[in-house]
Amino acid sequence: MVKALDRKLLRDLWSLKTQVVSIALVIACGIGGFIGSLSTHSSLLWSRQNYYDTARFAHVFATAKRAPASLEAKLREIPGVAEAETRVVRDAQLSLPDVVPPMIARLIGFDFAHPPGMNRLTLKSGRWPARGAKGEVVVNQRFFEARGLNLGQAMRVLLNGRLEQLTLVGTALSPEYIYATRGGAMPDDEWFAVLWIDERALAAAFNMEGAFNSVLLRLQHGASSETAVAALDRLLEPYGGFGALGRDDQASDKILAQEINQQKVFGTVLPAIFLLVAAFILNVVLHRQVNAQRGEIAALKALGYDDRAIAWHYLKFASVIVLLGVALGLWLGHWLGTALTGLYTDFFHFPEFYYRLEPWLALVATGAALAAAALGALAAIRGVVRLRAAEALRPPAPAEFRPLLIERLGYAELLTPAQRMIMRNLERKPLRAAITVVGVAASVAILIAGVFWGDAIEWFMDVQFSQVQRAQVSVGFAEAVPRGALHDLSRLPGVKQVEVQRAVPVRLRAGHRSYRTALSGLEDGARLQRVLDAQLREAQLVPGAVLLTARLAERLGVAPGDTLEAELLEGNRIKTVLRVGGTVDEMVGSNAWMRLEDLNRVAREGALVSGAGLLVDRAAERSLLERLKEMPAAAVVIVTRTLVETFRETSAQNVLFFTAVLSAFAATIAVGVVYNNARIQLAERAWELASLRVLGFTRAEVSVLLLGELALEIALAIPLGFVAGYWLAALLIAFMPHDVLEFPLVIYPATYLLAGAVVAAAGVLSALIVRNRIDNLDLVGVLKTRE
Amino acid sequence: MSEPVFQARGLTKTYHMGEAEVHALRGVDLAIGAGEFIVLLGPSGSGKSTLLNILGGLDVPSAGDVRFLDHQLTGADEAELTRFRREHVGFVFQFYNLIPSLTARENVALVTDIAAAPMPADEALGWVGLAERLDHFPSQLSGGEQQRVAIARAIAKRPQVLLCDEPTGALDYETGKLVLEVIAKINAELGTTAMVITHNAAISGMADRVLRLGNGRIVGEEKPARKLSPAEISW
Repeated sequence: MVKALDRKLLRDLWSLKTQVVSIALVIACGIGGFIGSLSTHSSLLWSRQNYYDTARFAHVFATAKRAPASLEAKLREIPGVAEAETRVVRDAQLSLPDVVPPMIARLIGFDFAHPPGMNRLTLKSGRWPARGAKGEVVVNQRFFEARGLNLGQAMRVLLNGRLEQLTLVGTALSPEYIYATRGGAMPDDEWFAVLWIDERALAAAFNMEGAFNSVLLRLQHGASSETAVAALDRLLEPYGGFGALGRDDQASDKILAQEINQQKVFGTVLPAIFLLVAAFILNVVLHRQVNAQRGEIAALKALGYDDRAIAWHYLKFASVIVLLGVALGLWLGHWLGTALTGLYTDFFHFPEFYYRLEPWLALVATGAALAAAALGALAAIRGVVRLRAAEALRPPAPAEFRPLLIERLGYAELLTPAQRMIMRNLERKPLRAAITVVGVAASVAILIAGVFWGDAIEWFMDVQFSQVQRAQVSVGFAEAVPRGALHDLSRLPGVKQVEVQRAVPVRLRAGHRSYRTALSGLEDGARLQRVLDAQLREAQLVPGAVLLTARLAERLGVAPGDTLEAELLEGNRIKTVLRVGGTVDEMVGSNAWMRLEDLNRVAREGALVSGAGLLVDRAAERSLLERLKEMPAAAVVIVTRTLVETFRETSAQNVLFFTAVLSAFAATIAVGVVYNNARIQLAERAWELASLRVLGFTRAEVSVLLLGELALEIALAIPLGFVAGYWLAALLIAFMPHDVLEFPLVIYPATYLLAGAVVAAAGVLSALIVRNRIDNLDLVGVLKTRE
Repeated sequence: MSEPVFQARGLTKTYHMGEAEVHALRGVDLAIGAGEFIVLLGPSGSGKSTLLNILGGLDVPSAGDVRFLDHQLTGADEAELTRFRREHVGFVFQFYNLIPSLTARENVALVTDIAAAPMPADEALGWVGLAERLDHFPSQLSGGEQQRVAIARAIAKRPQVLLCDEPTGALDYETGKLVLEVIAKINAELGTTAMVITHNAAISGMADRVLRLGNGRIVGEEKPARKLSPAEISW
């Protein structure tokens, strides 16, 4: 008995194979996205952990002006510290032949004969500098690749005012510079190099013999990072300490963590929607199956099958589809996870590739898919169980229709009979129409929410560099200099406007919370650097008070009117109390702003500046940059244009990849929804459509009746999807980590257009497949049977 | 016989049902005159419906030749057959085949919208005695009323032939007679050639000619001495 019923199951599945596959594909997309993103997330966490462990990445980092080597023993005595290393680290201008804009090299003193016990380097190519060989360096792999350099390459570095020639002999990876930036939140690989150089040579060049300016600590298991940071700050204070940082605040780790966490959001929000849509479709298909098989169900009941056996039969039908989708989804997820992890491993330059798909992920995905399907199948199965045998044996009464609202209002003549059929069908089964509309809208929304990131980043870049940081060239001085330096800059070729500012490293404290950042002083009426909130409203600096980025105020637990302890980490190392004059909802960073005049008064060092923004004449840019390279005081020169160009190139590739993957997913959902709906409609109305064909209607005329309804539903769904996409994007942004950057909710018309077009194309494709079936309606057979 | 509308020679139809071959028609020759009322009788599987479907352009013969006036139906492609049905043939089926989402008038309008010189939908429904129920949906009509809407839909295009497959099969006695009256009236007053398939031998009395089919062949042909009106027959 059971065997026969199972044969029926297999045949039903076979006869609906295209539908079965299209639903399984929707489920597979959901599971694939879920597993792909989350396994990438856990693999990256795992890779990072492995890398940090094998490279023995430090737990605490600190820099100072100049501390004596004798302090090292005291560092080891800090409670909780397992190991301490000291070194010399200096930033300097770097030039390569044929590259006009200056680049920055971070020079790290290194003992190649006895490598340090932490932040171990992995040699990627070439060799270590030979003992005693002068000017040999190892460069970070990212810069090497971004610049397309060769081993043996000569480069010039401005060492303490003297141009030195260095030779590149090897490339390396360091856990400290997985993300190498000059401090910004964007990859900066073309303009920022990390060079490991013989420690004695570096110390000699900067008069740092017997001294250090950088400290690395590794802590004992379970030791508190905050305690070590505080103790280290106290020890370094007399030597110009710039404030220690725990690993969480280390520049590279912070960006890495943000990137990794984004994966998690993608892996949970979007797949949840995919699974929901799959449940919708499954529900509709099962309903249709049950209705079409009323007679068979009645016969089964008459033969003595009980409700449970019949319900189980349909539940199995759903389960087969789901399990097929799960199997495909696991494969897809594994593929996607491996590909994404590979991409990120390359991108982050992890020395080894680790991918693993944890079993619990597969179990959760399978469970979620089965639960979603069970939910979808439940309503349909309830109908089966309720059906009485005698009732099921009778053919269903003709479906009831009534005039449309528009006709009841007296505008019947506005519609052709075909339009009336379409509209009345929609009106009669509003729930099904709604499900189709919702399903298609969901695919539009998913696509928008996946692709809008490109818009958000583009808009962010545009705002950041046309409205916030408007300097075309930014110059940073190695040390704060008197305001008079302004005149030097304004005399350089092509300089049209100079605007100075000062940034002082600072540790801000409020109660037990503290944060190391820079206190930035802006001139009154500064135009090249402005403080804007997320709505691009300019925030006013409050005289005598500090203006905090809202996320920093939140982190410190302060509100306007509260006070902060500020410890300036250079110069006179003033400790003072500052009033919070206000907070500003800035998109990026954790900044503290003051009027330049107020900052200088607090620092008690006179009218000093530490950097300047320039507006320049493009034609003279080259000679300006050549001149800046020769200025020892100008330690950092950033050309906004080149920064933005590099960024656009990198982000364009990522955006393209995500757009492609999500478009494929969205199209799969759209096809799944539209095609299945069309097939169900066709099955239910085959008799009606064939009758029309018998009456002399052409294939095209008949197709319009069915496909017109779909077209109408898609036309309704697309604008609805636009709205849903907007809110889904907002939801994703809300879930995203925002300790560095707040993504703006910006969606360009082109993104809506793309989403609408992809889904409309999927609709057309589904229509074409179904159209083929309409063309082959069995005219003779349909007349003999009454559905 | 008046000038023939249908002429068929050696009509054969073979279906392949899996590995079995079903010979639905095994060489049928016939000629149907304009305005004739033909009744096709025969047991299930005798080939009645297949013959009607081929004449109506719903199906094509495996072999043989069939003409409608000067149209060669054999070898016509799907588009030509569709046009043939649209212009010349009215169908009435056992199960009415009305569109549930359209009212009586709109079901008829489906045809009048695409026909060359149709009668108004209201007039066609008037012919079948449904002038009062124009705006009712199929679900609001009785079986006999639904069948009369189907007939109105079939005749609204002023077809040359009306092909009816078991038109009374799903109806009770009284309603069935009413439907037959309508078909007879159309045949008599509009001169439409009518072919009616039935299991009901009593209906033969209404015919000009009765064709008996058996095993895919015409096995007998009778001309009733006097053509009865539907009121005169009973079963």
